[in-house]
Amino acid sequence: MINIMEVVETNKMIEQENLDVRTITLGISLLDCCDANLDNLNKNIFDKITRVAKDLVKTGMDIEKQYGIPIVNKRISITPIAIIGESACKSPEDYVTIAKTLDAAAKEVGVNFIGGYSALVSKGMTVGDKNLILSIPEALSITDRVCSSVNLGSTKTGINMDAVKLMGEIVKETAEKTKEIDSLGCAKLVIFCNAPDDNPFMAGAFHGVTEADAIINVGVSGPGVVKKAIETARGKDFGELCEIIKKTAFKITRVGQLVAQEASKALNIPFGIIDLSLAPTPAIGDSIAEILEEMGLERVGAPGTTAALALLNDQVKKGGVMASSYVGGLSGAFIPVSEDQGMIDAVIAGALTLEKLEAMTCVCSVGLDMIAIPGDTKATTISGIIADEMAIGMINQKTTAVRLIPVVGKTVGDVAQFGGLLGYAPLMKVNEFSCDDFINRGGRIPAPIHSFKN
Amino acid sequence: MQRTIITVVGKDSVGIIAKVCTYLSNNHINILDISQTIVQEFFNMMMIADINGSSKPFDTLSDELQQIGKEIGVNIKMQHEDIFNKMHRI
Repeated sequence: MINIMEVVETNKMIEQENLDVRTITLGISLLDCCDANLDNLNKNIFDKITRVAKDLVKTGMDIEKQYGIPIVNKRISITPIAIIGESACKSPEDYVTIAKTLDAAAKEVGVNFIGGYSALVSKGMTVGDKNLILSIPEALSITDRVCSSVNLGSTKTGINMDAVKLMGEIVKETAEKTKEIDSLGCAKLVIFCNAPDDNPFMAGAFHGVTEADAIINVGVSGPGVVKKAIETARGKDFGELCEIIKKTAFKITRVGQLVAQEASKALNIPFGIIDLSLAPTPAIGDSIAEILEEMGLERVGAPGTTAALALLNDQVKKGGVMASSYVGGLSGAFIPVSEDQGMIDAVIAGALTLEKLEAMTCVCSVGLDMIAIPGDTKATTISGIIADEMAIGMINQKTTAVRLIPVVGKTVGDVAQFGGLLGYAPLMKVNEFSCDDFINRGGRIPAPIHSFKN
Repeated sequence: MQRTIITVVGKDSVGIIAKVCTYLSNNHINILDISQTIVQEFFNMMMIADINGSSKPFDTLSDELQQIGKEIGVNIKMQHEDIFNKMHRI
């Protein structure tokens, strides 16, 4: 039987160390909504989302109450809209009508984000893909809850450099269209290499075409719990440190597994995966940077940071994998700048640079995340940063992503305010040497040699 | 049997257990086990209870216990036991 110390330990994690379930994400396939008539398509999409997800928020709240664990977000991911709208949408403006429909559906069922305004173009773009991408700035500026992502590279296909070039311009345009709110639109746009089909975390979630009609994916969290746990290992060697992280990750993930099972049962929708990512929030004590600093770094960004992050990421996976039957999504430590107080402090202190963050993305999920850069950064420079990050993903056979926010009207030394879970970010310096001629070549970077495994 | 864990955390004072037990008894909730300890100078009590006999739904019981806690200046929480089983047992 459960003893009192175990009960106290669990509740301390929840009450004092910010243990929570970060998101229950309901993946919904919209493939059966396709129609050549745009009005019918929009109606089908609205009807399906509001039908399948009608009980999602209530179910989340019930589980919260029953187990006494906060479930911070209830969200929806959908089939990439470029595919769904291909036959009905003849122009970017047509796609924007779908974005409005998604926003309305999200508001109707009460979820805070809906992800999947996406295109998968790792090898090439169809007319529909291109129209969707061109519609992103407008779609993100006139909606509140729609999240967009574009996958433009993979280990199997290489990198679509035409799309890389285009996305640099799209990021700039999105920033411009939302300049009154510190270019917030860009916080809802993720550019991927090797995007997973079952990621529950926003803004990059979409419901892949390989998935079932509807599925429950759960993202757990708890950087604060890991940080508290490793405080007991000060001065101990790496073996002991790893052991503690692994055990803690196991406990956190088991809670996620329980919540996923219960949600699946209550909604009568199959359970998909648990995403093992450690996701920080701007709240004090809910930070990845603080874990790395607790390991012995004066500031995150100091030499040793990449090794510390690699260790953390690997132990979280080792502990988490045993706790759940199905693990998927991104599964690793997130290192967003604006959503992590420790990262913000490190940037302000001059300890953490864009280049160090890039190195860190080699060993963790996901990538250059929530980084504010000067608004006058050139589109080709943004494309160059995207290309670098995509190359890391392609060569290392892992997911990488870019979520940069060129904040219009601000420069290094200023601070961008995004609000809520998205936090705030000091603008970071970008290398200003040109890569124009490289980006303007066009075409594709071929798949790497180690992708030929057949 | 529907087992829940009720935890009471706060400053120790006369009548905490009595108050909680009276409420449980009035609502036909059977107490299976009680233990208590002091953690960081705080009084911690845990009860394992079976709420099957109660006519009130989980939500209501949980809210009412929380309210009693407020009245006597302690924090009372009711949770399904599975969260602890999952986390601490393989």
